[in-house]
Amino acid sequence: MKKNTYVFGIETSCDETAAAIVKNGTEIVANVVSSQIESHKRFGGVVPEIASRHHVEQIIAVLDETLEQAGLTFKDMDAIAVTKGPGLVGALLIGVNAAKAIAFAHNLPLIGVHHIAGHIYANRLVKEMAFPLLSLVVSGGHTEIVYMKDHGSFEVIGETRDDAAGEAYDKVARTLNLPYPGGPHIDRLAAQGEDTYNLPRVRLEEGSYDFSFSGLKSAVINTVHNAEQRGEEIIPENLAASFQASVVEVLTEKTLRAAKEYEVKQVLLSGGVAANKGLRMSLESAFADLRNVELVIPPLSLCTDNAAMIAAAGTILFEQGKRDGMDMNGHPGLDIEAF
Amino acid sequence: MKTLAIDTSTYTLSIGLADGDVILAEQVTNVKKNHSIRVMPAIQALMNEADMNPEDLEKIIVTNGPGSYTGVRIGVTIAKTLAWTLNIPLAAVSGLASLAASAPVVDGLVCPVFDARRGRIFTGLYRLSNGTVQAVLEDRNVSVADWCEELLLQKEPVLFVGQESNIHEKAIVEQMGKEAVFAGRAVPYTRPAALLALGMSMENDPAEVVPNYARLAEAEAKWIEANEKKAAGRE
Ligand SMILES: [Zn+2]
Repeated sequence: MKKNTYVFGIETSCDETAAAIVKNGTEIVANVVSSQIESHKRFGGVVPEIASRHHVEQIIAVLDETLEQAGLTFKDMDAIAVTKGPGLVGALLIGVNAAKAIAFAHNLPLIGVHHIAGHIYANRLVKEMAFPLLSLVVSGGHTEIVYMKDHGSFEVIGETRDDAAGEAYDKVARTLNLPYPGGPHIDRLAAQGEDTYNLPRVRLEEGSYDFSFSGLKSAVINTVHNAEQRGEEIIPENLAASFQASVVEVLTEKTLRAAKEYEVKQVLLSGGVAANKGLRMSLESAFADLRNVELVIPPLSLCTDNAAMIAAAGTILFEQGKRDGMDMNGHPGLDIEAF
Repeated sequence: MKTLAIDTSTYTLSIGLADGDVILAEQVTNVKKNHSIRVMPAIQALMNEADMNPEDLEKIIVTNGPGSYTGVRIGVTIAKTLAWTLNIPLAAVSGLASLAASAPVVDGLVCPVFDARRGRIFTGLYRLSNGTVQAVLEDRNVSVADWCEELLLQKEPVLFVGQESNIHEKAIVEQMGKEAVFAGRAVPYTRPAALLALGMSMENDPAEVVPNYARLAEAEAKWIEANEKKAAGRE
């Protein structure tokens, strides 16, 4: 019988201090996330220095709770995986240095993981991957379509040329005076409203899988501004629904077209915006007719930042023999195709 | 007791290894390079040299600030993770106290200085006597001018240590005259042996050890200021 593989994962790239243990790359044994969102709310966004301060305060409690939950020790682990980028550099460095200390203390292989590779591999904790596949990655900092012909191979076939979808959500939320983070509030309002504001669908040039959301964001701001000047009342539910309809329509259409062109077996939804109900519903109905393509959407808790996804991706890299040294650094702009 | 000491609170990287009272190895590099890349390889190399394995360690000592925010966090994160996972004691020592303790003084006041830019310094005042180090004025972030005023109240000569004290030497001498003495190149940075000696008698819970930044994060300070203005406006 093959021995089980246990990988300990650490994630501190933004405002969640997280650790997890994953068995054989597919099964969560322990998963601990300490969110700082409450401390950043008053600033209307994540403040890097404050995020770093929280990480260094929380890290031991999070690591400790993870071993406790699993009832395991580092002697049971096969490797330590940690997010080495992209993200906030000061925040990344806490996870990276904690991981190095553990790897050194217990003589364990150290594996640096790309944050987005982690988001994609969150899906493997739900459903085994079938290649080739596409992943639509939508989060606060990313909007990408990634093609994978096999484990550990990532090709970005489309990405945002300006704002990430999550960023556009936050800015539109601010325009509508909704609290930070705006995504869930817009999603909730949109469910109560109708697409009445005729906002643009930015598709870019024919055949492109790239995205652009800054024009849409400006259109929302202009709509609010013009209404104010005319003394008209904005219906927030309808504006949220109109904005969301535009984002979701473009995301769905490009993903569907790419899935057909690349003849993939699976489409995986990844990243924090994957929690968005409007996007989930739209993708589900679009892919319902495409019988040979399986749509995989992880549960909400695995869409937002966590370390189980880092451990899951780290397991594949571990099995492929990838290792990092004690001189590993945090890389705020790490490239997924080259990491 | 086999002890590892780490100081990354300024750009100087100081690492030391001791077995009881015997210093086994010291490494200091005083170059402006990335701590995150260099600390763990340096620890590894030094322990190798001393034929020591991680599980041989019985105690970790670290400076927890003030100083460079990122530098302090790297040292503290490594030290507390090592202490926690090896289940051994941790001691968190002021980086300024350990710089003061690096001075070859038998009896007198020592003022360690890290530059904090724009005419400000991270500093504190310590009394060294017969091998002990006592805090006289606690660590802080202060303007050079205000600090010199406080030091003059001691009515005693003060020895300034740390390579960054040179940046402010002129301003300090103008205010304090002969009461200010500079160690210059004799004490440019923290000596690992001094940090090892200071931390030996201390012990902290790894989960509880956090950096002492001696300063609010900029966003926090601005937020407080804005709220105070708002409150004042309502009065
Ligand atoms: Zn993320």
